[in-house]
Amino acid sequence: MADPLSYRIRVNGQSHDVCDAWIGESLLFVLRERLGLSGAKNACEQGECGSCSVFVDGQLVCSCLVLAATVPGAEVVTIEGLTAGGGTALTDVQQAFLDEGAVQCGFCTPGLVMTVHDLLERDTLPSELAVREALAGNLCRCTGYGRILAAVARAASGRAGTNRDSAR
Amino acid sequence: MSVAAPASIPGVLDAWTDRPDATLVAGGTDIMVDVNFARRRPSSVIALHNVGELRERSVGDVGVTIGAGVTYTELQDRELATAVPALAQAARTVGSPQIRNAGTIGGNIGTASPAGDTLPVLVALDAVVDVQGVGGTREVPIDELFTGPKRTALAAHEVITAVRVPPCRGPQEFLKVGTRNAMIIATVSVALVLDRDARTVRVGLGAVGPVALRAVEAERFAEATIDWDDPVRSADATLLTGFADRVADAARPIDDHRSTAGYRRHAVQILARRALQRACSHG
Repeated sequence: MADPLSYRIRVNGQSHDVCDAWIGESLLFVLRERLGLSGAKNACEQGECGSCSVFVDGQLVCSCLVLAATVPGAEVVTIEGLTAGGGTALTDVQQAFLDEGAVQCGFCTPGLVMTVHDLLERDTLPSELAVREALAGNLCRCTGYGRILAAVARAASGRAGTNRDSAR
Repeated sequence: MSVAAPASIPGVLDAWTDRPDATLVAGGTDIMVDVNFARRRPSSVIALHNVGELRERSVGDVGVTIGAGVTYTELQDRELATAVPALAQAARTVGSPQIRNAGTIGGNIGTASPAGDTLPVLVALDAVVDVQGVGGTREVPIDELFTGPKRTALAAHEVITAVRVPPCRGPQEFLKVGTRNAMIIATVSVALVLDRDARTVRVGLGAVGPVALRAVEAERFAEATIDWDDPVRSADATLLTGFADRVADAARPIDDHRSTAGYRRHAVQILARRALQRACSHG
Protein backbone atom coordinates (compact mmCIF):
# COMPACT_ATOMS: atom_id res chain seq x y z
CA MET A 1 0.00 0.00 0.00
CA ALA A 2 1.31 3.37 -1.01
CA ASP A 3 1.76 6.08 1.60
CA PRO A 4 -1.27 8.36 2.05
CA LEU A 5 -1.19 11.52 0.00
CA SER A 6 -2.19 15.07 0.81
CA TYR A 7 -2.74 17.65 -1.87
CA ARG A 8 -4.82 20.69 -2.74
CA ILE A 9 -7.28 20.93 -5.62
CA ARG A 10 -9.39 23.78 -6.97
CA VAL A 11 -13.08 23.12 -7.44
CA ASN A 12 -15.63 25.75 -8.46
CA GLY A 13 -13.13 28.53 -7.79
CA GLN A 14 -12.22 27.41 -4.28
CA SER A 15 -9.18 25.54 -2.98
CA HIS A 16 -9.77 22.33 -1.05
CA ASP A 17 -7.26 20.34 0.97
CA VAL A 18 -7.42 16.61 0.40
CA CYS A 19 -5.71 14.84 3.30
CA ASP A 20 -4.44 11.30 3.75
CA ALA A 21 -5.87 10.08 0.45
CA TRP A 22 -5.13 6.87 -1.41
CA ILE A 23 -3.21 7.47 -4.62
CA GLY A 24 -5.76 5.62 -6.74
CA GLU A 25 -8.80 7.69 -5.78
CA SER A 26 -10.77 9.08 -8.69
CA LEU A 27 -11.75 12.72 -8.89
CA LEU A 28 -15.36 11.54 -8.59
CA PHE A 29 -14.60 9.81 -5.28
CA VAL A 30 -12.78 12.85 -3.91
CA LEU A 31 -15.60 15.21 -4.95
CA ARG A 32 -18.34 13.08 -3.42
CA GLU A 33 -16.73 11.40 -0.42
CA ARG A 34 -14.10 13.93 0.68
CA LEU A 35 -15.51 17.30 -0.41
CA GLY A 36 -19.20 16.51 -0.01
CA LEU A 37 -20.01 17.59 -3.57
CA SER A 38 -22.54 14.91 -4.48
CA GLY A 39 -23.88 16.50 -7.67
CA ALA A 40 -21.67 14.37 -9.90
CA LYS A 41 -23.17 10.89 -9.68
CA ASN A 42 -21.42 7.56 -9.33
CA ALA A 43 -22.77 4.76 -11.48
CA CYS A 44 -20.56 2.81 -13.86
CA GLU A 45 -17.04 3.86 -12.79
CA GLN A 46 -15.81 3.08 -16.30
CA GLY A 47 -16.71 6.13 -18.39
CA GLU A 48 -19.79 4.57 -19.96
CA CYS A 49 -22.66 6.52 -18.38
CA GLY A 50 -21.56 10.15 -18.19
CA SER A 51 -23.37 10.80 -14.91
CA CYS A 52 -20.09 11.97 -13.29
CA SER A 53 -19.29 14.55 -16.03
CA VAL A 54 -17.34 17.62 -14.87
CA PHE A 55 -15.06 20.19 -16.47
CA VAL A 56 -11.32 19.94 -15.86
CA ASP A 57 -9.57 23.00 -17.29
CA GLY A 58 -12.62 23.59 -19.45
CA GLN A 59 -12.70 20.08 -20.89
CA LEU A 60 -15.76 17.91 -20.31
CA VAL A 61 -14.54 14.62 -18.84
CA CYS A 62 -15.79 11.71 -16.76
CA SER A 63 -14.55 12.42 -13.26
CA CYS A 64 -14.51 8.67 -12.50
CA LEU A 65 -11.65 8.34 -15.01
CA VAL A 66 -9.57 11.23 -13.68
CA LEU A 67 -6.95 10.35 -11.11
CA ALA A 68 -7.59 12.96 -8.42
CA ALA A 69 -3.94 13.15 -7.40
CA THR A 70 -3.08 14.47 -10.88
CA VAL A 71 -5.60 17.34 -10.65
CA PRO A 72 -3.62 19.87 -8.52
CA GLY A 73 -2.97 22.85 -10.78
CA ALA A 74 -6.20 22.40 -12.73
CA GLU A 75 -9.56 24.15 -12.38
CA VAL A 76 -12.44 21.77 -11.80
CA VAL A 77 -16.05 22.85 -12.32
CA THR A 78 -18.88 20.62 -11.14
CA ILE A 79 -22.65 20.95 -11.45
CA GLU A 80 -22.58 22.80 -8.11
CA GLY A 81 -20.38 25.45 -9.70
CA LEU A 82 -22.61 25.88 -12.72
CA THR A 83 -24.84 28.82 -11.93
CA ALA A 84 -26.29 31.71 -13.85
CA GLY A 85 -24.37 34.89 -13.08
CA GLY A 86 -22.51 33.43 -10.12
CA GLY A 87 -25.63 33.29 -7.90
CA THR A 88 -27.95 30.43 -7.10
CA ALA A 89 -30.24 30.95 -10.10
CA LEU A 90 -30.70 28.07 -12.52
CA THR A 91 -28.84 28.21 -15.80
CA ASP A 92 -30.78 28.37 -19.06
CA VAL A 93 -30.04 24.69 -19.65
CA GLN A 94 -31.32 23.68 -16.21
CA GLN A 95 -34.46 25.77 -16.73
CA ALA A 96 -35.00 24.20 -20.16
CA PHE A 97 -34.78 20.71 -18.59
CA LEU A 98 -37.49 21.72 -16.11
CA ASP A 99 -39.67 23.40 -18.73
CA GLU A 100 -39.57 20.37 -21.03
CA GLY A 101 -40.01 17.77 -18.27
CA ALA A 102 -36.63 16.26 -19.16
CA VAL A 103 -36.03 15.11 -15.57
CA GLN A 104 -37.53 11.90 -14.21
CA CYS A 105 -35.47 10.13 -11.54
CA GLY A 106 -32.84 12.85 -11.93
CA PHE A 107 -29.76 10.65 -11.59
CA CYS A 108 -28.42 11.39 -15.07
CA THR A 109 -29.47 15.04 -15.01
CA PRO A 110 -26.31 16.68 -13.59
CA GLY A 111 -24.12 14.91 -16.15
CA LEU A 112 -26.46 15.76 -19.00
CA VAL A 113 -26.64 19.41 -17.97
CA MET A 114 -22.84 19.62 -17.96
CA THR A 115 -22.69 17.99 -21.39
CA VAL A 116 -25.34 20.29 -22.86
CA HIS A 117 -23.48 23.35 -21.52
CA ASP A 118 -20.31 22.03 -23.17
CA LEU A 119 -22.13 21.47 -26.45
CA LEU A 120 -23.79 24.88 -26.55
CA GLU A 121 -20.51 26.63 -25.77
CA ARG A 122 -18.98 25.04 -28.87
CA ASP A 123 -22.02 24.98 -31.15
CA THR A 124 -24.73 27.57 -30.54
CA LEU A 125 -27.32 26.02 -32.87
CA PRO A 126 -26.48 22.31 -33.11
CA SER A 127 -28.35 20.04 -35.51
CA GLU A 128 -30.24 17.16 -33.94
CA LEU A 129 -27.53 14.78 -35.16
CA ALA A 130 -24.88 16.93 -33.50
CA VAL A 131 -26.90 16.91 -30.27
CA ARG A 132 -27.27 13.14 -30.37
CA GLU A 133 -23.54 12.69 -30.99
CA ALA A 134 -22.68 15.09 -28.16
CA LEU A 135 -25.03 13.31 -25.73
CA ALA A 136 -23.96 9.80 -26.75
CA GLY A 137 -21.94 9.34 -23.56
CA ASN A 138 -24.74 10.24 -21.15
CA LEU A 139 -27.13 7.41 -20.39
CA CYS A 140 -30.71 8.03 -19.21
CA ARG A 141 -32.78 4.99 -18.35
CA CYS A 142 -36.04 6.88 -17.72
CA THR A 143 -36.94 9.37 -20.38
CA GLY A 144 -36.18 7.72 -23.69
CA TYR A 145 -34.30 10.97 -24.45
CA GLY A 146 -37.14 12.71 -26.33
CA ARG A 147 -37.71 15.34 -23.68
CA ILE A 148 -33.98 15.78 -23.19
CA LEU A 149 -33.57 16.53 -26.91
CA ALA A 150 -36.46 18.98 -26.61
CA ALA A 151 -34.74 20.67 -23.67
CA VAL A 152 -31.52 21.07 -25.67
CA ALA A 153 -33.47 22.58 -28.56
CA ARG A 154 -35.22 24.97 -26.17
CA ALA A 155 -31.95 26.07 -24.55
CA ALA A 156 -30.29 26.50 -27.95
CA SER A 157 -33.13 28.56 -29.40
CA GLY A 158 -33.25 30.60 -26.20
CA ARG A 159 -29.59 31.49 -26.65
CA ALA A 160 -30.12 32.25 -30.34
CA GLY A 161 -32.97 34.60 -29.36
CA THR A 162 -30.78 36.29 -26.75
CA ASN A 163 -28.02 36.75 -29.30
CA ARG A 164 -30.49 38.24 -31.78
CA ASP A 165 -31.82 40.62 -29.15
CA SER A 166 -28.38 41.80 -28.11
CA ALA A 167 -27.31 42.27 -31.73
CA ARG A 168 -30.30 44.49 -32.39
CA MET B 1 5.24 12.28 -2.58
CA SER B 2 4.53 9.43 -4.95
CA VAL B 3 2.88 11.47 -7.67
CA ALA B 4 5.15 13.27 -10.13
CA ALA B 5 3.97 15.60 -12.88
CA PRO B 6 7.15 16.52 -14.77
CA ALA B 7 7.16 19.07 -17.58
CA SER B 8 9.58 17.33 -19.95
CA ILE B 9 10.47 13.87 -21.26
CA PRO B 10 13.83 13.86 -19.42
CA GLY B 11 11.85 14.80 -16.33
CA VAL B 12 9.59 11.78 -16.88
CA LEU B 13 12.59 9.47 -17.25
CA ASP B 14 14.22 10.91 -14.10
CA ALA B 15 11.00 10.45 -12.16
CA TRP B 16 10.80 6.87 -13.41
CA THR B 17 14.35 6.19 -12.22
CA ASP B 18 13.33 7.48 -8.77
CA ARG B 19 10.09 5.45 -8.79
CA PRO B 20 10.80 2.30 -10.81
CA ASP B 21 7.32 0.89 -10.11
CA ALA B 22 5.47 4.04 -11.18
CA THR B 23 2.50 3.88 -13.51
CA LEU B 24 2.42 6.41 -16.37
CA VAL B 25 -0.89 8.22 -16.66
CA ALA B 26 -1.86 10.24 -19.73
CA GLY B 27 -5.63 10.57 -20.24
CA GLY B 28 -6.31 7.90 -17.62
CA THR B 29 -9.30 6.47 -19.50
CA ASP B 30 -7.86 2.94 -19.64
CA ILE B 31 -5.90 2.87 -16.38
CA MET B 32 -8.65 4.31 -14.20
CA VAL B 33 -11.08 1.58 -15.21
CA ASP B 34 -8.57 -0.96 -13.94
CA VAL B 35 -7.97 1.07 -10.76
CA ASN B 36 -11.70 1.56 -10.08
CA PHE B 37 -12.31 -2.18 -10.43
CA ALA B 38 -9.30 -3.07 -8.25
CA ARG B 39 -7.46 -4.79 -11.09
CA ARG B 40 -4.54 -2.42 -10.65
CA ARG B 41 -3.25 -0.71 -7.50
CA PRO B 42 -0.61 1.86 -8.44
CA SER B 43 2.05 2.49 -5.80
CA SER B 44 3.16 5.67 -7.49
CA VAL B 45 2.19 7.65 -10.56
CA ILE B 46 3.90 9.80 -13.17
CA ALA B 47 1.34 12.10 -14.79
CA LEU B 48 2.16 13.16 -18.34
CA HIS B 49 -0.25 16.08 -18.77
CA ASN B 50 2.39 18.76 -18.05
CA VAL B 51 4.77 17.52 -20.76
CA GLY B 52 4.22 20.12 -23.49
CA GLU B 53 6.29 18.20 -26.02
CA LEU B 54 3.74 15.38 -25.97
CA ARG B 55 0.99 17.76 -27.09
CA GLU B 56 2.80 18.96 -30.21
CA ARG B 57 1.73 18.12 -33.74
CA SER B 58 2.93 19.12 -37.16
CA VAL B 59 1.71 18.63 -40.70
CA GLY B 60 4.25 19.07 -43.48
CA ASP B 61 5.86 17.72 -46.63
CA VAL B 62 7.66 14.98 -44.72
CA GLY B 63 4.42 13.73 -43.22
CA VAL B 64 2.49 14.20 -40.03
CA THR B 65 3.91 14.03 -36.51
CA ILE B 66 1.47 13.62 -33.65
CA GLY B 67 2.61 13.89 -30.04
CA ALA B 68 1.60 10.97 -27.87
CA GLY B 69 -0.48 13.25 -25.64
CA VAL B 70 -2.75 14.47 -28.45
CA THR B 71 -6.34 13.59 -27.56
CA TYR B 72 -8.96 11.92 -29.73
CA THR B 73 -10.83 15.23 -29.81
CA GLU B 74 -7.72 16.99 -31.11
CA LEU B 75 -7.23 14.31 -33.80
CA GLN B 76 -10.48 15.65 -35.29
CA ASP B 77 -9.14 19.22 -35.59
CA ARG B 78 -9.34 20.46 -39.16
CA GLU B 79 -5.62 20.33 -39.93
CA LEU B 80 -5.09 16.76 -38.71
CA ALA B 81 -8.45 15.57 -40.08
CA THR B 82 -7.49 16.89 -43.51
CA ALA B 83 -4.02 15.35 -43.42
CA VAL B 84 -5.04 11.92 -42.03
CA PRO B 85 -8.81 11.61 -42.43
CA ALA B 86 -9.02 7.94 -41.42
CA LEU B 87 -7.37 8.75 -38.10
CA ALA B 88 -9.92 11.49 -37.44
CA GLN B 89 -12.75 9.13 -38.40
CA ALA B 90 -11.42 6.49 -36.02
CA ALA B 91 -10.97 9.06 -33.24
CA ARG B 92 -14.57 10.16 -33.67
CA THR B 93 -15.77 6.63 -32.91
CA VAL B 94 -13.86 6.33 -29.63
CA GLY B 95 -16.12 6.35 -26.54
CA SER B 96 -18.01 9.60 -25.92
CA PRO B 97 -16.98 13.27 -26.05
CA GLN B 98 -15.90 12.92 -22.40
CA ILE B 99 -13.55 10.03 -23.27
CA ARG B 100 -12.27 11.73 -26.42
CA ASN B 101 -11.39 14.87 -24.44
CA ALA B 102 -9.17 12.84 -22.11
CA GLY B 103 -7.86 9.80 -23.97
CA THR B 104 -4.71 10.12 -26.08
CA ILE B 105 -3.28 8.48 -29.16
CA GLY B 106 -0.18 7.49 -27.19
CA GLY B 107 -2.42 5.78 -24.67
CA ASN B 108 -4.25 3.91 -27.43
CA ILE B 109 -0.88 2.66 -28.74
CA GLY B 110 0.51 1.84 -25.29
CA THR B 111 -2.59 -0.06 -24.18
CA ALA B 112 -2.31 -2.11 -27.39
CA SER B 113 -5.83 -3.48 -27.24
CA PRO B 114 -6.69 -5.68 -30.24
CA ALA B 115 -9.73 -3.39 -30.58
CA GLY B 116 -7.90 -0.05 -30.20
CA ASP B 117 -9.63 2.20 -32.72
CA THR B 118 -6.64 4.14 -34.03
CA LEU B 119 -4.42 1.08 -34.37
CA PRO B 120 -5.68 -0.37 -37.68
CA VAL B 121 -5.38 3.13 -39.13
CA LEU B 122 -1.80 3.53 -37.94
CA VAL B 123 -0.98 0.06 -39.28
CA ALA B 124 -2.48 0.94 -42.68
CA LEU B 125 -0.53 4.20 -42.72
CA ASP B 126 2.81 2.48 -42.02
CA ALA B 127 3.24 4.75 -39.00
CA VAL B 128 6.43 4.91 -36.98
CA VAL B 129 6.36 5.29 -33.20
CA ASP B 130 8.98 7.43 -31.46
CA VAL B 131 10.06 5.99 -28.15
CA GLN B 132 12.39 7.41 -25.52
CA GLY B 133 14.13 5.71 -22.61
CA VAL B 134 17.10 6.38 -20.38
CA GLY B 135 19.28 4.73 -23.05
CA GLY B 136 18.14 7.20 -25.71
CA THR B 137 15.55 7.42 -28.43
CA ARG B 138 14.48 4.88 -31.03
CA GLU B 139 11.82 4.56 -33.66
CA VAL B 140 9.66 1.48 -33.94
CA PRO B 141 7.62 0.64 -37.06
CA ILE B 142 4.03 0.23 -35.88
CA ASP B 143 3.73 -3.37 -37.09
CA GLU B 144 6.72 -4.32 -34.95
CA LEU B 145 5.38 -2.58 -31.86
CA PHE B 146 2.43 -4.84 -31.11
CA THR B 147 3.45 -8.32 -29.97
CA GLY B 148 0.09 -9.59 -28.70
CA PRO B 149 -3.13 -8.53 -26.98
CA LYS B 150 -2.18 -5.59 -24.73
CA ARG B 151 1.51 -6.41 -25.26
CA THR B 152 4.13 -4.25 -26.94
CA ALA B 153 7.81 -4.36 -27.79
CA LEU B 154 8.44 -1.40 -25.49
CA ALA B 155 11.29 -2.02 -23.06
CA ALA B 156 10.96 -1.23 -19.36
CA HIS B 157 10.85 2.50 -18.67
CA GLU B 158 10.40 3.51 -22.29
CA VAL B 159 7.82 6.18 -23.05
CA ILE B 160 5.99 6.70 -26.34
CA THR B 161 6.64 10.31 -27.34
CA ALA B 162 5.06 10.63 -30.80
CA VAL B 163 3.73 8.78 -33.81
CA ARG B 164 4.75 9.75 -37.33
CA VAL B 165 2.82 9.11 -40.52
CA PRO B 166 4.51 9.38 -43.93
CA PRO B 167 2.95 11.66 -46.54
CA CYS B 168 0.07 10.05 -48.37
CA ARG B 169 -2.28 11.59 -50.96
CA GLY B 170 -5.53 9.78 -51.63
CA PRO B 171 -8.80 8.63 -50.10
CA GLN B 172 -8.91 7.06 -46.64
CA GLU B 173 -11.71 5.25 -44.86
CA PHE B 174 -12.35 3.91 -41.36
CA LEU B 175 -15.35 1.69 -40.68
CA LYS B 176 -16.34 0.03 -37.43
CA VAL B 177 -19.04 -2.37 -36.31
CA GLY B 178 -20.33 -2.59 -32.76
CA THR B 179 -23.62 -2.90 -30.93
CA ARG B 180 -24.05 0.90 -30.97
CA ASN B 181 -22.59 3.61 -33.17
CA ALA B 182 -21.34 5.48 -30.09
CA MET B 183 -19.68 4.48 -26.86
CA ILE B 184 -18.66 1.06 -28.06
CA ILE B 185 -15.57 -1.07 -28.29
CA ALA B 186 -15.12 -2.35 -31.83
CA THR B 187 -16.43 -5.79 -32.74
CA VAL B 188 -14.61 -5.33 -36.06
CA SER B 189 -12.95 -2.35 -37.70
CA VAL B 190 -11.29 -1.71 -41.05
CA ALA B 191 -8.98 1.11 -42.10
CA LEU B 192 -8.22 1.65 -45.78
CA VAL B 193 -5.58 4.00 -47.19
CA LEU B 194 -5.08 4.60 -50.91
CA ASP B 195 -1.97 6.45 -52.05
CA ARG B 196 -2.66 7.84 -55.53
CA ASP B 197 0.94 8.87 -56.15
CA ALA B 198 2.55 5.59 -55.13
CA ARG B 199 -0.49 3.64 -56.40
CA THR B 200 -0.64 1.57 -53.25
CA VAL B 201 -3.50 0.18 -51.20
CA ARG B 202 -3.06 -0.45 -47.46
CA VAL B 203 -5.64 -2.06 -45.24
CA GLY B 204 -5.57 -2.46 -41.46
CA LEU B 205 -7.96 -4.72 -39.55
CA GLY B 206 -9.03 -4.23 -35.93
CA ALA B 207 -10.47 -6.72 -33.42
CA VAL B 208 -10.01 -9.70 -35.75
CA GLY B 209 -6.63 -10.83 -34.43
CA PRO B 210 -4.33 -10.56 -31.42
CA VAL B 211 -3.01 -7.29 -32.86
CA ALA B 212 -4.14 -4.93 -35.63
CA LEU B 213 -3.44 -6.85 -38.84
CA ARG B 214 -2.54 -5.94 -42.41
CA ALA B 215 -4.15 -7.87 -45.28
CA VAL B 216 -1.22 -8.00 -47.70
CA GLU B 217 -2.74 -10.33 -50.31
CA ALA B 218 -5.83 -8.14 -50.49
CA GLU B 219 -3.64 -5.05 -50.88
CA ARG B 220 -1.64 -6.56 -53.76
CA PHE B 221 -4.83 -7.71 -55.49
CA ALA B 222 -6.44 -4.27 -55.22
CA GLU B 223 -3.31 -2.44 -56.37
CA ALA B 224 -3.11 -4.62 -59.48
CA THR B 225 -6.86 -4.51 -60.24
CA ILE B 226 -7.77 -0.86 -59.68
CA ASP B 227 -7.65 1.34 -62.76
CA TRP B 228 -5.69 4.13 -61.10
CA ASP B 229 -6.63 6.54 -63.88
CA ASP B 230 -10.34 5.83 -63.39
CA PRO B 231 -11.00 4.32 -59.94
CA VAL B 232 -14.73 5.07 -60.09
CA ARG B 233 -15.20 2.90 -63.16
CA SER B 234 -12.95 0.13 -61.89
CA ALA B 235 -14.93 -0.42 -58.67
CA ASP B 236 -16.82 -3.43 -60.05
CA ALA B 237 -17.73 -6.74 -58.43
CA THR B 238 -14.44 -8.36 -59.46
CA LEU B 239 -12.42 -5.75 -57.60
CA LEU B 240 -14.67 -5.32 -54.57
CA THR B 241 -15.45 -8.99 -53.96
CA GLY B 242 -11.92 -10.14 -54.74
CA PHE B 243 -10.55 -7.59 -52.28
CA ALA B 244 -13.11 -8.29 -49.56
CA ASP B 245 -12.67 -12.08 -49.77
CA ARG B 246 -8.92 -11.70 -49.39
CA VAL B 247 -9.40 -9.40 -46.40
CA ALA B 248 -11.63 -12.01 -44.77
CA ASP B 249 -8.95 -14.64 -45.42
CA ALA B 250 -6.37 -12.46 -43.64
CA ALA B 251 -8.51 -12.07 -40.52
CA ARG B 252 -7.71 -14.27 -37.52
CA PRO B 253 -10.84 -13.74 -35.40
CA ILE B 254 -11.77 -15.55 -32.20
CA ASP B 255 -14.95 -16.14 -30.22
CA ASP B 256 -15.08 -13.94 -27.13
CA HIS B 257 -17.56 -12.11 -24.90
CA ARG B 258 -18.08 -9.46 -27.57
CA SER B 259 -18.74 -11.56 -30.68
CA THR B 260 -17.98 -14.77 -32.55
CA ALA B 261 -15.22 -15.58 -34.98
CA GLY B 262 -17.80 -16.35 -37.66
CA TYR B 263 -19.57 -13.01 -37.33
CA ARG B 264 -16.31 -11.12 -37.27
CA ARG B 265 -15.09 -12.78 -40.47
CA HIS B 266 -18.41 -11.96 -42.11
CA ALA B 267 -18.40 -8.35 -40.91
CA VAL B 268 -14.79 -7.67 -41.88
CA GLN B 269 -15.56 -8.82 -45.41
CA ILE B 270 -18.55 -6.46 -45.63
CA LEU B 271 -16.61 -3.53 -44.17
CA ALA B 272 -13.66 -4.10 -46.51
CA ARG B 273 -15.92 -4.11 -49.54
CA ARG B 274 -17.73 -0.97 -48.38
CA ALA B 275 -14.48 0.84 -47.59
CA LEU B 276 -13.00 0.16 -51.03
CA GLN B 277 -16.25 1.11 -52.76
CA ARG B 278 -16.30 4.43 -50.91
CA ALA B 279 -12.61 5.09 -51.52
CA CYS B 280 -12.97 4.43 -55.26
CA SER B 281 -16.06 6.63 -55.47
CA HIS B 282 -13.90 9.64 -54.60
CA GLY B 283 -12.48 9.30 -58.14
